[in-house]
Amino acid sequence: MNHTVQQLLLAALVVLPLLGSVAALLPAPPGLRGRGPDQAVMRHGVTVTGVVLAAAIALAAGFDHDHPARMQAQTDIGWIPALDIRIHLGVDGVSLPLLVLTALLTFLSALYAYFNRPSGPSPKAFVALLLLLESGTLASFAVLDLMLFFLAFEMVLIPMYFLINRWGGAERERAAWRFILYTLLGSVVMLLGLLLVGLKGGTFDMVALATDASDGASGLSHTTQLIAALAIIAGLAVKAPMWPLHSWLPDAHTAAPTVGSVLLAGVLLKMGTYGLVRIVLPMTPDAAHTYAPYLAAFAVVGIIYGSLACLALARAGAKGDLKRLIAYSSVGHMGFVLLGIATLTPTGVNGALFANIAHGLITGLLFFLVGALKDRSGTTDLDQLSGTSGAALYGRAPRLGGLLAFGAVASLGLPGLAGFWGEMLAMFGAFDPADGLSRPAYLTYMALAAFGTLLTAAYMLIVVRRVCMGDHPIEPGTGSEAERPALADVHGHEFAAWSPLVALTVLAGLWPAALLGLTDPAVQQLLAGGTR
Amino acid sequence: MTPNASSLATSLVQSVDWLAVAPPTIAALAGLAVLVADLFLPERRKHLLGWGAIAGLALAALALLPLLDGDRSTFCLTTGAHACSYTADTFALVIQFLVLGGALLTALLSFSALDDLKLPAGEFWFLLLSSAAGAALLPASRDLATLVIALEVASLPAFALVGLRRGDRLSSEAALKFFLSSVTATAVMLLGVSFVYAATGSLHLSRIADALTHVDPRLDTLAQAGVVLTLVGFAFKTAAVPFHFWVPDTYVGAPVPVAAYLSVVGKAVGFSGLILVTVLAFPSYADVWGPAVAVLAALTMTAGNAAALRQRPERSFSAVRLLAWSSVGQAGYLLVPIAAAGYADSDQDASRAIGSTVAYALMYAVVNLGAFAVAALVARTSPANRLTDYRGLYAARPAAALALGFFLLCLAGLPPGVIGLFAKVTVFSAAVDAGLGWLAVVMALNVVVALYYYLQWTTVLFRAPEPAAEPAPEPAAETEPVPAAGPATTRPRAVPLTAAIALTAAAGIALSGAPQLVLRFASSTLL
Repeated sequence: MNHTVQQLLLAALVVLPLLGSVAALLPAPPGLRGRGPDQAVMRHGVTVTGVVLAAAIALAAGFDHDHPARMQAQTDIGWIPALDIRIHLGVDGVSLPLLVLTALLTFLSALYAYFNRPSGPSPKAFVALLLLLESGTLASFAVLDLMLFFLAFEMVLIPMYFLINRWGGAERERAAWRFILYTLLGSVVMLLGLLLVGLKGGTFDMVALATDASDGASGLSHTTQLIAALAIIAGLAVKAPMWPLHSWLPDAHTAAPTVGSVLLAGVLLKMGTYGLVRIVLPMTPDAAHTYAPYLAAFAVVGIIYGSLACLALARAGAKGDLKRLIAYSSVGHMGFVLLGIATLTPTGVNGALFANIAHGLITGLLFFLVGALKDRSGTTDLDQLSGTSGAALYGRAPRLGGLLAFGAVASLGLPGLAGFWGEMLAMFGAFDPADGLSRPAYLTYMALAAFGTLLTAAYMLIVVRRVCMGDHPIEPGTGSEAERPALADVHGHEFAAWSPLVALTVLAGLWPAALLGLTDPAVQQLLAGGTR
Repeated sequence: MTPNASSLATSLVQSVDWLAVAPPTIAALAGLAVLVADLFLPERRKHLLGWGAIAGLALAALALLPLLDGDRSTFCLTTGAHACSYTADTFALVIQFLVLGGALLTALLSFSALDDLKLPAGEFWFLLLSSAAGAALLPASRDLATLVIALEVASLPAFALVGLRRGDRLSSEAALKFFLSSVTATAVMLLGVSFVYAATGSLHLSRIADALTHVDPRLDTLAQAGVVLTLVGFAFKTAAVPFHFWVPDTYVGAPVPVAAYLSVVGKAVGFSGLILVTVLAFPSYADVWGPAVAVLAALTMTAGNAAALRQRPERSFSAVRLLAWSSVGQAGYLLVPIAAAGYADSDQDASRAIGSTVAYALMYAVVNLGAFAVAALVARTSPANRLTDYRGLYAARPAAALALGFFLLCLAGLPPGVIGLFAKVTVFSAAVDAGLGWLAVVMALNVVVALYYYLQWTTVLFRAPEPAAEPAPEPAAETEPVPAAGPATTRPRAVPLTAAIALTAAAGIALSGAPQLVLRFASSTLL
């Protein structure tokens, strides 16, 4: 497709939601009033995110799939010459899938929220914040300037804070505070690292910095690299999140409204791992080499820790919250992503990027399902849901139960579904890490990660057993559960919002080459230094 | 050095470039004119004085335009080495613009405060203009005597402005506190100036800089003491630790517009003075003042933010008190590039670091005046001005609430306050560039702490109003804040106040879109 069109599409991805966000605050123009202001503004949200999704798909269609390693649709205009900050946008095989995923999940969230209005203050603000959030996440995947990356990274904080704080569930204020203070602390530390890279490297341009580093022309001494990479990794690790910096995440996920959880897990966490791949690996290769074993160790601890936490929550009598459980499972899944990156091999990094997308699809779906379950039964507490025998979703709402079981087995990494490939490739990368990394250490990590998949399977199956199975109809004589209410099965709009996720999970599982073909050349080049 | 007596008389007369000194002069003359006009105007037409003052300030700001083409110096020595007392270079012009613009916005804020608090109009405008004249003189002065005089011209009317609420115990106490601590600082500074003069034999900054490179070893201690003591006076004006205790009480006791004036123009005065003496007069003692300013910066931002964090929202005047402490914290950020200038390898680097302070100060001036403007608006309906009074502001006055939210996020440095973010980035990059990594880390922690209280306030704005108050209906006019919320407080619409909010919000949004407007100073040579 025409280069200019591609450029415009990419720019539109960032600018459209921003404009839409401002427009959401204004009163609706005549002719678009709909049935009252609330409905009009929610429809506005669906329209804008839909257009953005269409633009993202058009961008992907026009993307030159023969050269995914090349930066495409580049725009490069000066913005703040004083700080040498340029509006440099571009997309390659690493960022394209994430852009499409973001646009898709935001659209589905807007669609879901349109039919299932979140309880809280005005929908106007909700839509404005949702669009602002979308703009920030899309920008962080599209920009190629370190300072703009930081700006985009920060841009998502305020909308997500308010989404949790105003539309969230119990303990939402504390959770929102934890979220924003943790991530802000991470991102200012990251800013110091980015500044160090930019000032010593002489430019903030990501492409130029990566190329310089690969040519050995980088102005960064080994010490500078170590300090800068430490700061950047720390900042990104909070976002990813990496154990032990994850503690904001379970609270935030639990308290956030359904749409907030979906976007937080599906998109926001990816910004951290994307930053590692895009910034740390190519720009500070020496430091990445030094820190990789530690990163891998933390990643593996995260995998085991997340799984054990989930097992503890899934136990009967633990008063485990289903949302919190999925949040902890995210810690484990993101551990695989980090492990893949820390192998510094093309296999591992490809696996990490694949697992990124897979986690976005599957966990997004799971949060939608749990949100729907909460709407129907009023609780996400596993003990209350399941009672003595199990919540019997298969009997009470068979389609919902089936979807939940599907999400759970996809999440545990069943071959043939999206969750499998990423984690397998990450472990495969750890089996044969990059030259100079201690093989025995990585073999240990691999073994532990494999044990983590077993634990994941264990808790996911426990959840399926406790939520989906059970006696239905209630057998006579079991007293306390006699008045268990009937549950509505999946509504049409829910099918509309969820089926793309299900379809893509299956597609990515059966045809991983579609995604790996995009990421692999780009990853090869990033590890060899620099996208050109 | 001893020309004969006949030529002495002619050569001693310095030529005066009136165009160069126009901005402070016009402000001072306008002040006098307002004071005289006050005698002849009948009571009901006193409001004309305010418009006169605004016209004077606008005229003074316009007088900056012809100076843009190049540096001008005047009041130069006619004998010996070239040294001037007044230089209108880029730095001076930018700070003069900041000071005059800040005073103009303060004047817009003051109309309703004058009515509501029954302040004497003539005196108020005279004092404001005189103080602005002194503040405009300071960034252009290039000798220590002129600096001290300018500082005092800027400060003395400010004491009176703070104490202008006659019969108000809090106001008098604030003025007294401000006065006593300020005078002490001035006395200490004068002692320092005299030491420097004794060690170098000159008052001109450029000649002091030369002389300090080869001080008589026996006078070295004297010179060092002089350098440190001179800085103390300016540190006081900037409200740096440990000279910050006067700030909250003074801001609370003063009328809100005066507090806004002190927080912006008063600080600008202190910073420009500090920059002038450190970079122009004492560059050879950078190893003395560099670390001192760095430590001062770290302590100031930490103390300010820690205290702001501890404000209880239900206490009276907690909003102004919070802004006061936050301004102490912001002063800490402003000091960071000055400290970085002390570590710079070349004059070029030092000048760029100074530019970061100037850029940050411009951002801070716009945003902080905006926040005070909204505080002044809220103070009209709830005089106690507690943070809890801001609850549900969005429901009552959506435009004002959105503006305040924007200003606070700019101060916190988070998008959508893009300009606040990039101003902080310039400060960070000055620190990182100078190798002040520890200071950058301290500042990073402070930014997080500060976010907590700024965001807490922002959240309150968008809360549902207190259940006691009846839910406000969808406001008819979106663009204009409606002053009166209830029937009990039907006060006249505060048009100038609204204009001030609109002006600062527009400026903030414009800067967020094109940060280069202020950030260009961070990359150019100013001095």
